[in-house]
Amino acid sequence: MLNNDSDKLLTINDVSTAFKINGKYYDAVSNVDLEVHPDEILAIVGESGCGKSTLATTVMGLHDPSETQISGEIDFEGQDLAKLDEAGYDKIRGKKIGMIFQDPLSALNPLKRVEDQIQEVLIYHTDMNSTQRHDRVIELLNQVGIDNPERTAHQFPHQLSGGMRQRIVIAIAIACKPDLIIADEPTTALDVTIQAQILDVLRDIQKENHAGIILITHDLGVVAETADRVAVMYAGQIVELGTAAQIFNEPKHPYTRSLLRSMPQRDTYNDELYVIKGMVPSLQKMPTTGDRFAPRIPWVPADAHEENPTMHEVEDGHFVRCTCYKVFKFPDEEGILS
Amino acid sequence: MSLIEVKNLKVHYPIRGGFFNRVVDNVKAVDGVSFSIEEGETIGLVGESGSGKSTTGKAIIGLEEITSGSILYKGKDVTKRTHRKQLKYDEAVQMIFQDSMSSLNPRKRIEDIIAEPLRNFEHLSKDEEKLRVLQLLDIVGLDPDALYKYPHQFSGGQRQRIGVARAVATDPSLIIADEPVSALDLSVQAQVLNFMKKIQREFNISYLFISHDLGVVRHMCDKIAIMHRGRLVEVGTRDDIYDNPQHIYTKRLLAAIPETNVNNREQNRERRLKIEQEYQNEQSQYYDADGLAFPLVQISDTHFVALPKESLNKQGEVNG
Amino acid sequence: MWKTILRRVLIMIPELIVLSVLVFLLAKAMPGDPFTGSINPKADPAQIHHLMKINGLYDPWYQQYWNWVVHLFHGDLGMSYEYQEPVMDLIKQRGANTLWLAIFTMLLTYFIALPLGIYAGRHEGKWQDTVVRVYTYVTMSIPFFVVLVIGIWIFGYGLNIFPTSGSVSSTASGLGGTILSRLGHIILPGLLGALFGTVNVVQYLRSEVIDAKHSDYVRTARSKGVPMKDIYKHHIFRNSLLPIAAFAGYSITGLLGGSIFTEMVFSYPGMGLLFLNAINYRDYTVITALVLLYGFLNLLGTLLSDIILSVVDPRVRIE
Repeated sequence: MLNNDSDKLLTINDVSTAFKINGKYYDAVSNVDLEVHPDEILAIVGESGCGKSTLATTVMGLHDPSETQISGEIDFEGQDLAKLDEAGYDKIRGKKIGMIFQDPLSALNPLKRVEDQIQEVLIYHTDMNSTQRHDRVIELLNQVGIDNPERTAHQFPHQLSGGMRQRIVIAIAIACKPDLIIADEPTTALDVTIQAQILDVLRDIQKENHAGIILITHDLGVVAETADRVAVMYAGQIVELGTAAQIFNEPKHPYTRSLLRSMPQRDTYNDELYVIKGMVPSLQKMPTTGDRFAPRIPWVPADAHEENPTMHEVEDGHFVRCTCYKVFKFPDEEGILS
Repeated sequence: MSLIEVKNLKVHYPIRGGFFNRVVDNVKAVDGVSFSIEEGETIGLVGESGSGKSTTGKAIIGLEEITSGSILYKGKDVTKRTHRKQLKYDEAVQMIFQDSMSSLNPRKRIEDIIAEPLRNFEHLSKDEEKLRVLQLLDIVGLDPDALYKYPHQFSGGQRQRIGVARAVATDPSLIIADEPVSALDLSVQAQVLNFMKKIQREFNISYLFISHDLGVVRHMCDKIAIMHRGRLVEVGTRDDIYDNPQHIYTKRLLAAIPETNVNNREQNRERRLKIEQEYQNEQSQYYDADGLAFPLVQISDTHFVALPKESLNKQGEVNG
Repeated sequence: MWKTILRRVLIMIPELIVLSVLVFLLAKAMPGDPFTGSINPKADPAQIHHLMKINGLYDPWYQQYWNWVVHLFHGDLGMSYEYQEPVMDLIKQRGANTLWLAIFTMLLTYFIALPLGIYAGRHEGKWQDTVVRVYTYVTMSIPFFVVLVIGIWIFGYGLNIFPTSGSVSSTASGLGGTILSRLGHIILPGLLGALFGTVNVVQYLRSEVIDAKHSDYVRTARSKGVPMKDIYKHHIFRNSLLPIAAFAGYSITGLLGGSIFTEMVFSYPGMGLLFLNAINYRDYTVITALVLLYGFLNLLGTLLSDIILSVVDPRVRIE
């Protein structure tokens, strides 16, 4: 569901995150603007190195300040997270924002029982006594679909299957009913049938808690099945933003269109898959001006690109970076410009 | 005669226990798998983690000790050492791995990596060898200057192509590809898949394409075998499997693949939940008392499914 | 678990038998005998011959071995040729001395190493870390016996604070006096042993802490809103101490073997010195008894480490 401006949960305004490499800072995320509303699933999709995970950990304040430079505003419920110190962040993390990670085995402490790991959030953010905390743990385990919560609570992570572990990680993230949940590739390490179950759990939780969810993934299928809105990222920038229907039914940006076209489909057995020319530039070689995707569509004339590409609203809520989408065609389409 | 025929392949790992550390039980990683691979065809071996699909691939190439069963290559059992040598089996069957970083020796240059199988099996002069390596690099679309670089200097997709080049060096008739694109980004995956198909056309190679990704398998494979808990549950052509799946596990896998069509979201979800329900409730119809699949039964020229005979007849009646 | 431990103990029996045969043969293969030269140099060769004969040294090796084993089961390891005392008594005496020194050294080692390792790991790359690493490099690069000699020279002769030899002063009286005197004798060797024996533990712990710091479960804890100092307390310390706790079983039994360097330089009458002398004087009965004991301690150490590991790490279960 689309919301009006009054109920924004998170507003990311001109945020850049730069990492120190050999003494110099390079942008992994550059000038990102994004909003998340309560009760929606916003997917951030892109390939490895596009900055989607960095953006998530920036919101979560998980970067080492001595190695990272963050600029811009991260407005969360009226508070600028970018200005918070560690102590300030500790009051938000786990309570107001929960995070789910990719690899559920390494995300859990191997030496602690499931119950203790879930209780830890409650200890820091609530004034429940130990009986109340235990009851809450059982309630949470039920909520994430674990059949025998009392037994599971007493187990160690290595005694559980991958899907079970990810449910535990989700239980930790939602323990304090946070308003925002960030899920970073929550199903990448799991089998497809388990993936489907975990996505169901996420959706159910969102409906129950009315939380906003940022779903970070590289899997377009997962996005199409789960997201309300989608942001496509390439080389540290958002290149296209819109509802799931807008992105999948009428993709505009050449990168979005290329990605969708390189996916194996039902009827592609006899065809070559589309291959995007060239490679993603490394952080150090990232161009600071011009369209970052231009080198990968070399047949598009230079004057079709903007000098400093900005986002253009092509439809209500559908934004595309750079003007080159207007003339872009694949080489095998009619009327190629060359 | 098929290129490869796997007959009742079993790979069991002993579990030791008790006071005298005797074998108390077996993990049946692969438990009676039979299928054949024809010349120039791609057969997809699909299953979730722990299904035994990788173990099957490794057993065929000889990286995994076989508990029982046989593997016929051109009609002869290559589990016997003499036949292996006689048929040059070790040259004829090659493997591509999922993790290109750990399957290429980081301290060796690309030239040596690709030339390694040549040095093992063919006696070429220095110049001949170099020429061959350059040819191979060209086949997978890498520049000649790659010769003197090391694996870490390449991207994931390029490394996977180097793995392909190494695999085709000995002019094999079968390549076992174990999750060859699972670690790759979409755009890079497309490139590697294209190369694999191109090489297949040019050199008439067969693939055993092991994967959990039914989307990629549909794009690559003529024939598909679905594996669950060490046994095959369904084997058939691409159309058999995707348009007319019979076993509940196949249906369940297919229903779980996320589709890029946003408009059918709700229908997909409902269908998936319905199948999931059926899977939970009707285990006994599809699995034996130990929770394992039944033996395969042929239901058409190309289509086999692991169901007890009675239930097939019943279904036949329903379907008319 | 008890079943497995019992099985492991039973497996040790054949291992010890093989070891004892090997040790026995090796000791026999050493050139020389325990009598020539150790008694009056003018002694009649016929008398030595007679001594060898009544001590059974001319019997075939298996006979000698069998005699030894039979006696062993009666708690009799034979007489030391050198000390003319039952070997059992010797080992008891020396073992007690070594045990005192070993426990003291080990406590001190962990007392120094644990905080240093954790501190260095926590402040990875900062000046605190550099200081600790310089310390470990220095202690690693100076040979231990040099340290001991310098230590004795400064604290023993120069400042004359600590005794330089023996395990207890002959003038000490009463229980309290004896204990104080014993302590006085082990402080210097123990301290030096600890100061220069911490390298491994410090470096290992440091890298464990650094690994844990960057691990995913620490990131999870941070995203739960747990303050960093609590994460160190509840997650990082425990997880990085794990391998060191497991190794402790091994090092306890290792230390019981005695430190040859320390005991020699300080003329400390422990197991190490006993062993060294036994080799020098071809004291077969002592050599075989000690090597067998070392072998046993080694096996015991491995078992102990496995047991400790299975107690502290839920992922490891001896089954």
